[in-house]
Amino acid sequence: MNGKHIGWIVLLLLGLVAPFLVYPVLVMKILCFALFACAFNLLLGYTGLLSFGHAAFLGSAGYLCGYTVQGLGLSPELGLLAGTVGAAALGFMFGSLAIRRAGIYFAMITLALAQLVYFLALQFPFTGGEDGMQGIPRGHLFGLIDLSDTMNMYFFVLAVFLFGFWIIERAIDSPFGQVLKAIRENEPRAISLGYDVDRYKLLAFVLSAALAGLAGATKTLVFQLASLTDVHWHMSGEVVLMTLLGGVGTVFGPIVGATIVVSLQNYGAELGQWVTVLTGVIFVVCVLAFRRGVVGEVALLIKRSGIRP
Amino acid sequence: MKRKILGSAIAAAVAMAPALSPAATTVSDGIVKLGVLTDMSGTYSDLSGPGALEATKMAVEDFVAKEKPDFKIEVISADHQNKADISANKAREWFDTQKVDAIVDLVTTSTALAVMKVANEKSRISLISGAASTPITNEQCNDTTVHWTYDTYALPVGTAKAVVKQGGKNWYFITADYAFGHSLEKNTADVVTKSGGKVLGNVRHPFPGSDFSSFLLSAQASGAQVIGLANAGNDTMNSIKQAKEFGITPKQSLAGLLMFISDVHSLGLEATAGMYLTTGFYWDYNDETRAWSKRFFERMKRMPTMVQAGDYSATYHYLKAIKAAGTDEAKAVMAKMRDTPVNDFFAKNGKVRIDGRMVHDMYLAQVKKPSESKYPWDYYHIRQVIPGDEAYIPLAESKCPLVKK
Amino acid sequence: MDIFGIPIQALMGQLLIGLINGSFYAILSLGLAIIFGLLNIINFAHGALYMMGAFCAWIGLTWLGLNYWVALIAVPVVVGAFGMLIERTMLKHLYQLDHLYGLLLTFGLALIIEGLFRYRFGISGESYPVPELLSGGFNLGFMFLPKYRAWVVAVSLVVCFGSWFIIERTKLGSYLRAGTENPQLLQAFGINVPLMITLTYGFGVALAALAGVLAAPVFQVNPVMGSNLIIVVFAVVVIGGMGSIMGSIVTGLGLGLIEGLTRVFYPEASAVVIFVIMGIVLLLRPAGLFGRER
Repeated sequence: MNGKHIGWIVLLLLGLVAPFLVYPVLVMKILCFALFACAFNLLLGYTGLLSFGHAAFLGSAGYLCGYTVQGLGLSPELGLLAGTVGAAALGFMFGSLAIRRAGIYFAMITLALAQLVYFLALQFPFTGGEDGMQGIPRGHLFGLIDLSDTMNMYFFVLAVFLFGFWIIERAIDSPFGQVLKAIRENEPRAISLGYDVDRYKLLAFVLSAALAGLAGATKTLVFQLASLTDVHWHMSGEVVLMTLLGGVGTVFGPIVGATIVVSLQNYGAELGQWVTVLTGVIFVVCVLAFRRGVVGEVALLIKRSGIRP
Repeated sequence: MKRKILGSAIAAAVAMAPALSPAATTVSDGIVKLGVLTDMSGTYSDLSGPGALEATKMAVEDFVAKEKPDFKIEVISADHQNKADISANKAREWFDTQKVDAIVDLVTTSTALAVMKVANEKSRISLISGAASTPITNEQCNDTTVHWTYDTYALPVGTAKAVVKQGGKNWYFITADYAFGHSLEKNTADVVTKSGGKVLGNVRHPFPGSDFSSFLLSAQASGAQVIGLANAGNDTMNSIKQAKEFGITPKQSLAGLLMFISDVHSLGLEATAGMYLTTGFYWDYNDETRAWSKRFFERMKRMPTMVQAGDYSATYHYLKAIKAAGTDEAKAVMAKMRDTPVNDFFAKNGKVRIDGRMVHDMYLAQVKKPSESKYPWDYYHIRQVIPGDEAYIPLAESKCPLVKK
Repeated sequence: MDIFGIPIQALMGQLLIGLINGSFYAILSLGLAIIFGLLNIINFAHGALYMMGAFCAWIGLTWLGLNYWVALIAVPVVVGAFGMLIERTMLKHLYQLDHLYGLLLTFGLALIIEGLFRYRFGISGESYPVPELLSGGFNLGFMFLPKYRAWVVAVSLVVCFGSWFIIERTKLGSYLRAGTENPQLLQAFGINVPLMITLTYGFGVALAALAGVLAAPVFQVNPVMGSNLIIVVFAVVVIGGMGSIMGSIVTGLGLGLIEGLTRVFYPEASAVVIFVIMGIVLLLRPAGLFGRER
């Protein structure tokens, strides 16, 4: 049994117990953001690409899911599918443009493209503009399970999360993931080894976008609304923070990071504007002194103390 | 963790006198809990925000001192950051874990719509004062929502009628390009045409915008007498400032369709003098409003906006209804709130309609010139009182499904 | 005379306004380009520092009684010094790492600065009066041009081309360009490169602050004025390609004009036109109009 297995078991146990200890809607929110951050980490942590426009996928998938369920009256699983596919298509468009440049240019291009999506979301009539889409029904899963029941919804979200997380983990461990890591470490070398680097990058981008979309669509079902918040560039910054705080390039890091950030926002709501300042401070501290993130630091501690997991 | 929320919540728990009256109020878990959910730090924090919380607390204190209820009242608050998702989440959490009975303020339409739906599902009450859009009491109305202070019909209607009557026949709109701006423009344009005026054109600006000069130039080129600003907050303020800069005012006049005294305070009288606007409350209107506002000023160091005054009035009316109904069950309290006229410093003979609209008189104000302002916050001439029945959408035209026709 | 149904006079007015906005884009993207050239960092805090410049001018006027002309000089110096402090205490430690960390750090700083100003000043912001000397305007026949706007264009042109001249045509500028190409070699020639980096960052920040002071009388001074603008300026920088100083200036002014035209013909699109152009430029010239592939 290695560290990853232990991680999975802890995750499963926590997932099963959490809704009985903590307010379930909050846990669902954490799960959605954890999936979002994991999808983002696939790009930043394993491919070395910093996207500053991931909110576009989260948000547009939310709108698509909302429209499918509310506007077209289809079932929730089709809503999730619509959101995920839509986000993947958008990811393909973004990716094709952005991977032509690396590093900071990549970040800025994704940021600017996401801003375009934001303005479109504001303008399209079906998104409800500033008001967003409200009162989206959760419906019945496969026509059987009533999702308006909190616990049913919770376990559905947990299943979606575990599914998404499993895909990401599989991708990382697969030969595909190995190539991505090679690109991250030394791109010219990967090219000289004969890999079509751009295709790998694009594929990783689309996968990341699709899973971010899955997270966004699920979030829409949980809160029964889709709003501009999820397409705004602040959201793109938040997911970077979650990943950074939890540990870039660690499997479980983004989950930890998402839990901390979402809890902070939830319990810190009374602090008002100080939440923004605090978020900024965490950012700065992470970058200056804590670049491995929580999980990265813990892993290092374990390694140093000589305990073999 | 629940304890943590309780601890950090700002609680204004007040002990009550022992219940002597024979018919004791049956209140679930013995406490009536009010949640002030508003923008504590963002664009609208000056017009509602901490002031809304303070006004709600004042209402609770006054109610306890005066009516000596046999139940406890608590006030908690949170910052919704103008985000619909945060509001819906917070409201749901408050209802589920804190047993909050009513949510107060709710500035911005998106947060109000999100919360009133959750509240209705859980059979709790929304006392909306901050949000503006008419769908709250029309297409989206429900039977546990009260919309207290103003809406996007009452404000522009008063202003537009008055301005057209004063000779401002030709209008041009500068509109924020989203649902709220569009509805504000449409409501106003209808009134302008009905009152015999003419709409020469409009321009839609991105939201939020910072530079309005080119839109203002288009407005100038149209030759309209009146430029209607169908936007809010910073957008309105920037439009006004830049109109002055480009020499558009005072040749053409501006009509702020959604303006608060806090906006006038920020911009200063130099930039706003002469503008017409409609308000649901003005602190310096009569002795009663002055007395209350001065108490508010002592606590907040600002004069109250209509939203904050509305929060007080709505909270007080709600608590009175609980006492009268003898229960805090939402439907019974709503019925009492509808049956009882609202009579306080904020409204005279106000009534809560079936669609949730609290109908009360509105005031047409004109911003004073700097030379006319004698003391701090002396900003408005009240030019006209608009009777509530004229100010708000008549029930006959309401699109609310609760209205039986 | 009409062009596409728009009277030519109105068109002229709109173009002039586009140029005014372009001036702000130009100063801000110039500052970003200078910082990027030497530090390889995209300064996400640029918008926050621009906002800080505007607020410092307001604070100077209201609390200390310093007029606009003093602020025009003093504020860039003060905010520039603040920038140098940031560089010395924080950014300095990141040069050995991936440049993305610089972006993330400055993003965090932007949040902190914006949050603190929001805490102190609320969101609706403050009004800054147009200085006495520049109030009023010229009647150009086709439009009324406020003197102050004309002043903004003049100052920004002088500052932009002055900076261009210093960087491209003077000895000092040659060190800077050398530092961009090969800092180690420059260090070996006895130039204090770390000091140069600090001063460069300070200068870029001072430009942002200057833009802030220039903007204060035009826009409402509020804590989010920077974050609304900075994303657009980023797009401007991507379009220009961060390679050249002249490129950033020309792109800034040019996009201001294009945005102005969009506001006449299709105002709904004026917020997105720059991003659309960015997409097209990226398709045709991934390095940007003036950029070089590195």
